[in-house]
Amino acid sequence: MTKEQIKDTILKIIAQIIPDEDLSNLKGDIPIREQVDLDSMDFLDIIMELRKRYGIEVPEDDYIHLATLDSSVAYLEPRMREL
Amino acid sequence: MTARKPNEARIVITGVGLTAPNGNNLGEFRKSLLAGKSGIQKFNIRYMGEVLAGICHFDPLKYQKKKELRRGTRAGSIAIYCAQEAIADAKLDLACLDKSRIGIYLGITEHGTVETENEIYEIKQFDYNVKYWSHHHNPRVVANNPAGEVTLNLGITGPHYTLGAACAGGNIGLTQGLQMLLLNEVDLALAGGVSECTGSFGIFAGFKSEGALASHPNPEKASRPFDKDRNGVVVSEGGCVFVLERLSDALKRGAKKIYSEIVGYAINSDATDFIFPNKERQVQCMKLALNKAGISPEDIDLINTHGTGTIEGDPVECQAIREVFGEHPHAYMNNTKSFIGHAMGAAGALELAGNLPSFEDYIIHPTINLDHLDPECPLNNVVINEPKRIDKVNYILNNSFGMLGINSVVIVKKI
Repeated sequence: MTKEQIKDTILKIIAQIIPDEDLSNLKGDIPIREQVDLDSMDFLDIIMELRKRYGIEVPEDDYIHLATLDSSVAYLEPRMREL
Repeated sequence: MTARKPNEARIVITGVGLTAPNGNNLGEFRKSLLAGKSGIQKFNIRYMGEVLAGICHFDPLKYQKKKELRRGTRAGSIAIYCAQEAIADAKLDLACLDKSRIGIYLGITEHGTVETENEIYEIKQFDYNVKYWSHHHNPRVVANNPAGEVTLNLGITGPHYTLGAACAGGNIGLTQGLQMLLLNEVDLALAGGVSECTGSFGIFAGFKSEGALASHPNPEKASRPFDKDRNGVVVSEGGCVFVLERLSDALKRGAKKIYSEIVGYAINSDATDFIFPNKERQVQCMKLALNKAGISPEDIDLINTHGTGTIEGDPVECQAIREVFGEHPHAYMNNTKSFIGHAMGAAGALELAGNLPSFEDYIIHPTINLDHLDPECPLNNVVINEPKRIDKVNYILNNSFGMLGINSVVIVKKI
């Protein structure tokens, strides 16, 4: 996957988890939870979807890397590059 | 007759919210019951394929966001819809009420079965590796979930819980709401019952294994309590929530509508069998409720029967009714499950709701699909297939019985 494809993938997962939110103006460098209504259980849904769909394990210590869209792409790129 | 109670000790129904397989509010539901319109349809269920079921068709997005639907349960969604509709029907403005003095009491037959089956189905795709088990599982399956979701949706901070009471749940939710008002624990109760059991293959399979799952080439003919050709239960989902208030409070706020007063109630246990009912305990339960109401069997104008359409269960209730009300009773009888199937934890509340309009129109909705009254079910005054208009309706008695031998009876009075 390219970085752009990874970003699209993350956005699709988030859209499924918080379907009432408008994600079209989501800024890449601001924490996602500051821009949309996404709580800790929703965040765990993102982790679960990455596990189920792509077999990616995100250790709890690394959750911080998924705070923004940009940091998520940077963190996931080495893990999703070959997908 | 007992001495007249002060209005503070009289509990009344001032709002009704419901969803049934044949109606999503009391008006629609009643119209279907008078028109003989069944709500039973073909339905596909995991591992079993096509079965017959009563499915509700309310719009859950009327009161919930998509995210809430994804996170919560079907029972929670049904409860929220019914609670919101009941509050709207009672013309209550929640913003003007002390939300810490509102209690939510919902009867359930079971809860968590649907969610657990779904999770097991989900992790089966991952060779049962539990790291794929949802973090939403526990809040979904805790027994208070359906009532708790109502508090989250409405911001109600008073007590909330469910009452696990098998198929007697609806009556028992109602009874609990009444008792909490009498104890002055709350000033308003949202009480009734809900069921999401059509989402569980296990419920259907369980009845099938018992030899008690109804089948018929025509789905609308499948639920046929007291009929000679009945062959079991039609599993249904549904919900019904009543707004309960003290009569004094309802009058003080100028409640636009007071459907009825709950004057009698009783709950007892068979202590004899897991499944099979017990006539003596049903008789005792009806008598206890009549005593509580301070009335005689002759005062009851309408008995809504529990009859589920099982071979063994229906005759027992008929014998119990005959013992209490005599061979030629004054009261008419009907059965709502013949239209909507068995809505389990919602059944008692839904079936009571469908009969409340009788206080105004004096019409008894019929029991449909009663083509050949089983000689084993000799009910002399059962209203069969066509509605019947009578001279007066002052008291309605509502039977609801459940597995493990739990019996409940509620008596409501015209006000």
